[in-house]
Amino acid sequence: MRLRSLLPVLLAGLAASAGTASAQDLTGTLKKIKETGQITLGYRDSSVPFSYLDNNQKPVGFAMDICYKIVDAVKADLKLDKLEVKLNPVTSATRIPLIANGTVDLECGSTTNNVERQKQVAFTNTHFLTANRFVAKKSSGLTKFEDLKGKTVVSTSGTTNIKQINEYNAEKKLGITILPAKDHAEAFLMVETGRAAAFVMDDVLLASLAASSKDPGAYAISTDALSKPEPYGIMLRKDDAPFKKVADAATAAFYKSPESKVVYDKWFMKPIPPRDINLNLPMSEALQHAFAKPSDSPDPAAY
Amino acid sequence: MFSNFDFGVILNSWRYLFLDGMTFTLTLTALAAVGGVILGTLIAMMRLSGLPVLPQIAKVYVNFMRSLPLVLVIFWFYFLVPYIGQWIIGAERPIQVGAFSSSLITFTLFEAAYFSEIMRAGIQSIPKGQGAAASALGLTYWQSMGSVILPQAFRNMLPVLLTQTIVLFQDTSLVYVLSITDFLGAASKIAQRDGRLVEMYLFAAVVYFTVCFIASLLVRRLQRRVAIIR
Amino acid sequence: MNYNWNWGIFFEASPEGTGTYADMLLSGLMWTILTALCAWVVAFAVGSVVGVLRTLPSRAAQAVGNAYVELFRNIPLLVQMFLWYFVLPEVLPESWGTWLKQLPDAPFYTAVVCLGFFTASRVAEQVRAGIQALPRGQRMAGTALGLTTAQTYRYVLLPNAYRIILPPLTSEFLNNLKNTSVALTIGLLELTARARAMQEFSFQVFEAFTAATIIYIIINLLVVTVAGVIERRVAVPGR
Repeated sequence: MRLRSLLPVLLAGLAASAGTASAQDLTGTLKKIKETGQITLGYRDSSVPFSYLDNNQKPVGFAMDICYKIVDAVKADLKLDKLEVKLNPVTSATRIPLIANGTVDLECGSTTNNVERQKQVAFTNTHFLTANRFVAKKSSGLTKFEDLKGKTVVSTSGTTNIKQINEYNAEKKLGITILPAKDHAEAFLMVETGRAAAFVMDDVLLASLAASSKDPGAYAISTDALSKPEPYGIMLRKDDAPFKKVADAATAAFYKSPESKVVYDKWFMKPIPPRDINLNLPMSEALQHAFAKPSDSPDPAAY
Repeated sequence: MFSNFDFGVILNSWRYLFLDGMTFTLTLTALAAVGGVILGTLIAMMRLSGLPVLPQIAKVYVNFMRSLPLVLVIFWFYFLVPYIGQWIIGAERPIQVGAFSSSLITFTLFEAAYFSEIMRAGIQSIPKGQGAAASALGLTYWQSMGSVILPQAFRNMLPVLLTQTIVLFQDTSLVYVLSITDFLGAASKIAQRDGRLVEMYLFAAVVYFTVCFIASLLVRRLQRRVAIIR
Repeated sequence: MNYNWNWGIFFEASPEGTGTYADMLLSGLMWTILTALCAWVVAFAVGSVVGVLRTLPSRAAQAVGNAYVELFRNIPLLVQMFLWYFVLPEVLPESWGTWLKQLPDAPFYTAVVCLGFFTASRVAEQVRAGIQALPRGQRMAGTALGLTTAQTYRYVLLPNAYRIILPPLTSEFLNNLKNTSVALTIGLLELTARARAMQEFSFQVFEAFTAATIIYIIINLLVVTVAGVIERRVAVPGR
């Protein structure tokens, strides 16, 4: 091989080794992102308005917007010209294993941040607070959790909600039949078609599902709740402090900025796709507080 | 009862259903069938090799895969493949495997167990004398397999392999449990979003039926042709 | 590997308050077996009838039998589950639909009916093949003895055909058993669903799925062993 043809190869090799040298200072997810030029976001089918599919079946939502802020921060932090964002669907049941096994880097949805989950994964700063309630048809007259005695109810598998209703059922010996559903839309469908009397879930999701249903007036949300308002967080891999630091800084800066109010209003106070429904949920005092002082605490009492 | 059917929902979403959903389903079916047949043939050859240990490994693999429900295998691999990849290439972290690759690996490995049984029957259907004749002519094992036994076995078994591929096409619908947008996944997402599950599920059933019915008619015709030539 | 192994998890209490995680998996196993057995009864009965239809001299009977097999074989099982569970109650008269939906254990009944009819198409194929594999002389001998068609089937053809097709029927039974897991999509709390629930509650993915895998393999081995015993018992002496 002549030198002239060898030179570009050598140069390319040098450039490549220079590239890896800087990547070597990084660890974990940041290193991976630097090396591959890709970041994978996990999105949900029907966590309205956090992460769900719009008219074109593209994932959108409040949590997606927050994730894109983190993506921008990662891009800036790694000084990348280009960062390809890949999207991967997750369900309540698959999200934790998929974070752990590296299929997704950030889970953008409505995942409750609690102590138990922190043994497996990590969360950035809280982006919402919601309590565990149920939705039922008004005609059924179910308004309190006690009313569910002997009924068939549905909840989404892999959520804290289905765990809590199971524990409640066992403790009070109510004889409730609890069906697991794959995702929120499927669970709501069970109530809509009369397969289940009630759907036990975070109240904000119930309100959005009912509002975007065919007959919003037909549904009522329970007056009592099984839990205090619990925090939602964007999920990421455990034991990855550098990546979490970038994500925490990005979300904290966003929540404290006036822009967070604008983005909140975009999803909660204005008509949203796919059917231009306005959820009309003003920001709660607890959430205003959580945005003023961003925190990743799993303790509901901290908010 | 059919008066309040809204077939417009299908018209409005056909691009998503077919361009996104059906494309995924067909690509997955085709690639997994090819991969499954290749891997299955290798497993069948292992099983018939007469060497020590290899036949036992092949048998355990086939019986293991055939004992498990596909749904369980789908969950297993979706969570496990990144770790296996990490282990194979010795990476420091689980390798990233997307939904499509993960499904492809799952179906290839799972269906290989079924394809290997078909190929085993195919290889055994070739008279022993042919293998003996091939080695008498000085052909190596790989030469006699590659140019004498396998082409015939493959041809004899083609209708059965294709029938199994139709089963595979139907089985791919099970990726629904992972929220992946295959044809059924697309149909159910539209069904749930628009509250039109009756129309969408019936439509999905009609589409699957049409594809599988026509495919199986073609396979039967092929079967007759192959049978006459023999 | 970034994972906390905990094999003791099976003896920890599950959040359902009805026992440990091991109990949870066992209850799943019970549903799997119960569903598989009930569906098999349906499949065997319907499948035999359809299989016989396809071998009758009547063209109309053959057409009905063939149509049944084509219909149920060419639609994925998961889609059939959705049709029975979500679509059927909506296209029935409203009062029937409501009754169906409010049945206790509706996922169980739906799974049994759906799997039963689905597996029946495969059983029918085996029954037809078994009958057609018999020497034609048997049917003629039956007729010559003055037996009606029904009697010929009952006393001559079917007893022989079932013996021949026992091995493929065993594998259909195993398929039927494995296919019960598809019913997790309509809320049946069978073994795979319970393993998944255990994974979700405890986060111990690999322990939960390993346990389910081992249980499935044990059931398979048991069924194969039992089928082997039956096969030897009912073998026609001298064949």
